[in-house]
Amino acid sequence: MSFTLLALQGFGGVLAIVQQELVERKRWMTKEEFVEEWAVAQIMPGPNVVNLALMIGGRHFGLPGAIAAAAGMLAIPLVLVLLLALVYGQYAGHPAVSGALRGMAAVAAGLIIATGIKLFAALKNNPLGVPVCVALAVASFVCIALLRVPLVYVLLGLGGLACVLTYRKLRP
Amino acid sequence: MSALAAAPSLSLQWSDWLDLLTHYLTFSVMSVGGVISTLPEMHRYLVEHQRWLNDVQFNASIAIAQAAPGPNLLFVALMGWTIGMNAGGTPLALLGVLITMTGILLPSSTISYLGARWGHRNRDLRAVRAFKQGMAPIVIALLIATGWILASAHKDPARDWPLWLLTGATTLIVWRCRIHLLWLLAVGAILGGFGVV
Repeated sequence: MSFTLLALQGFGGVLAIVQQELVERKRWMTKEEFVEEWAVAQIMPGPNVVNLALMIGGRHFGLPGAIAAAAGMLAIPLVLVLLLALVYGQYAGHPAVSGALRGMAAVAAGLIIATGIKLFAALKNNPLGVPVCVALAVASFVCIALLRVPLVYVLLGLGGLACVLTYRKLRP
Repeated sequence: MSALAAAPSLSLQWSDWLDLLTHYLTFSVMSVGGVISTLPEMHRYLVEHQRWLNDVQFNASIAIAQAAPGPNLLFVALMGWTIGMNAGGTPLALLGVLITMTGILLPSSTISYLGARWGHRNRDLRAVRAFKQGMAPIVIALLIATGWILASAHKDPARDWPLWLLTGATTLIVWRCRIHLLWLLAVGAILGGFGVV
């Protein structure tokens, strides 16, 4: 349990970093497992990353593990962000500070995109087959990123379609 | 510092804090697909209805949380913090953080924890497997779309092309190399701080 706490405190909690730690460094789970857990975390109400921490912590160590994982995920970043807010209040007008925020935001966007690209490899073994997966992924991307359809409709619509298709592919 | 000069000065009663808590408990239940999707509701409640935050403060809360290492949902904590600051100082700001974070986390976490446990116990059911594997391509696309939206917040290609370049370079580096991601964030902060991008 304390291991979870430490492990999760080590990183900031951006999903890109979670993926890197859990899958690539610690090898606690495969890419496929990660995507499956992420799908559940995504569909549940609440902050996705915290949901993921709750689920993984709970899986390995029960309720205390879940709470420890979520707390580890939030505690340090919370302190950091409050400090940042204090600093920001002092120097909000300073161009270097807003410039640094812009630079970090641009990097963060790249991190998230790259994580998505890496996880694409997890689709190789998907029962739907690669072409159908790619088609669904492209459709979701267009709806969300370009058409700005609200997330709920995409999850219910395309997500529902994908689930039904998979259900029919899986053997009873 | 015009933002601070224009900050509302509040005197909040216990009933107001309770109202804040119940609203955030509701936001939590509604936050399917991430807390960020309840942002419009929060804006209506905090800025337009109660006038506990002004627009500048509301947007700054989001910008800081996006840029900081950590889950984006920490913008919720910053809103609680700023409301408390508007109401009189650090102790109230900490109270604000406690209330908003408890409100936003408690219901959704309970639902998610129990739901995930049920899903794990029944993981061999055809429906559960279909759901998890069927959603996989969708959630991967969502990730890429999120990154895209963050990057395209900078709309002017003539002025913002270095930011796009930075996003693109980061994507390639992370995809192809195994480097600790915090280093990349630090590089971004330095480049931005010195006005390169």
